[in-house]
Amino acid sequence: MGADYLGGQFTAACLSVGTSSFADFLATSAPDLLPGARGVGGQVPRDLPHGTTIVAMEFAGGVIMAGDRRSTAGNFIAQRDIEKVFRSDDFSCVGISGVAGIGLELVRLFQLELEHYEKLEGRTLSLEGKANRLAAFVRGNLGGAMQGLVVVPLFAGYDEDTGNGRIFSYDVAGGRYDERKFHGIGSGSVFARGALKKLYTDGMSESDAVTACMQALYDAADDDSATGGPDLTRQIYPVVAVVTEDGFRRLTDEQAGEYAEAVVGERMQSPGGPIAPLRQTST
Amino acid sequence: MPFYVSPEQAMKDKADYARKGIARGRNSVVVAYDEGILFVAPNPSSALHKVSEIYDRIAFAAVGRYNEYENLRVAGVRFADTRGYQYAREDVTARGLANWYAQVLGSIFTESNKPYEVELVVAEVGDSPAGDQMYRITFDGSVADEHGFVAMGGQAEQVAGVLKERYSTGMSIEAALGAAIAALSGQGNGERAEINASQLEVAVLARGRVHRTFRRIRGARLEELLSQAQQGGKAAGGKAATGAADGAGEDAAGEPPPGHGTAP
Repeated sequence: MGADYLGGQFTAACLSVGTSSFADFLATSAPDLLPGARGVGGQVPRDLPHGTTIVAMEFAGGVIMAGDRRSTAGNFIAQRDIEKVFRSDDFSCVGISGVAGIGLELVRLFQLELEHYEKLEGRTLSLEGKANRLAAFVRGNLGGAMQGLVVVPLFAGYDEDTGNGRIFSYDVAGGRYDERKFHGIGSGSVFARGALKKLYTDGMSESDAVTACMQALYDAADDDSATGGPDLTRQIYPVVAVVTEDGFRRLTDEQAGEYAEAVVGERMQSPGGPIAPLRQTST
Repeated sequence: MPFYVSPEQAMKDKADYARKGIARGRNSVVVAYDEGILFVAPNPSSALHKVSEIYDRIAFAAVGRYNEYENLRVAGVRFADTRGYQYAREDVTARGLANWYAQVLGSIFTESNKPYEVELVVAEVGDSPAGDQMYRITFDGSVADEHGFVAMGGQAEQVAGVLKERYSTGMSIEAALGAAIAALSGQGNGERAEINASQLEVAVLARGRVHRTFRRIRGARLEELLSQAQQGGKAAGGKAATGAADGAGEDAAGEPPPGHGTAP
């Protein structure tokens, strides 16, 4: 293993005319580097790090994605500050739910796939193209998923052609679905989506959209033990990514902390969150 | 065809063939400046590139036969991405890549009927000028470690001679570009070279950029830089002063703006 890997067959593969896809290139030249290619026979170990809530929401300038920081293994908290939302390239981001180890590998490969294409072709993939590649990766993990190593991503990006944000969700079979307005994935997504349904309006400002996502993640953590709420004692806050025409930006810990502390402060008075009016008043 | 050709003769024939093929094309130069490494190649095409990004801090420049060096470029990107994926991004080095190219070109030279008519430079920008590296790999797999500047192609000695006169450590990007253009147009006496932006392919590895340091310089930005470089050339005369003395403009114009990656 290691450097010896780069022997004759690999060299020949490098020089051959072929694909601009990094994953396809690995499949022909170094297949065991691919996630999920390693056969998992027999019993899958129980209690692999798991669980999550990731939310994504469109707003006036693009799209926000936010994710909690907890990973659990059975009833234990495996990690308090795991990051589940990542920059996939300058104009898109990806969040993962499910088995953390496989998910992180998937993200790493996906980031490289996009960069590799850009370096070889001299242009970035379209947003649709990126979403499709991610679908193919999820599909590639179907064997593992059926043995319990499930990974489901959430993908969002800024579409430079239309000037809008877009959100894509996936299922384990590699199905890819366009989502409108907002979406959530993970064990806490049921609660998060309920909250977003009441909080979302079209054309929100960035700070309102981030606040709405923070509220949704707080509600998810409130009802799902596998989702972590903001940890004010350790200053561990949800990862918040903003993608607009200016590109990908991740809020600093200070910025995320301000939003989180504002939300928690209000919850001291109203633990269930902002109260929605019972009827829609005419505007 | 003779039944027997001595190995020396066969190798010499291949080497001559390759050299001739490379000499048919135009020269390119690579010059280190204070904030990175500059690549300048005469190239009227805006779509087909002689200088390209390989990895975060590594770039590739080539002269010779396009389809052959394009093949090597793609191979280099695959090699670098695989190594970075297998280990970590920091573990991809120009030295490793240069050695790999040397092996590849060496095998091709010895084993195939026709050698590749290419000459490559692989360069890596360091955290400081002392960490900058440049490697030249020739058609037969020889690697040379270069410092400060590299002239590639047929009339390399002449071009290198001009560069040597005008090069100084820590020169500004305008001064480096001025030196490069003077060297490429074969004029070493500070005369204004008749080169315009549309005929050049210019790129840098910019030390200060985060993650991916490679950046192409073109369009209005290149024209601005060219005019500053050429003014500096007039003022400087034969010997290079360090960039500031030329009145060639502050680094504010020279520094590629931060922001997006290399999307062309």
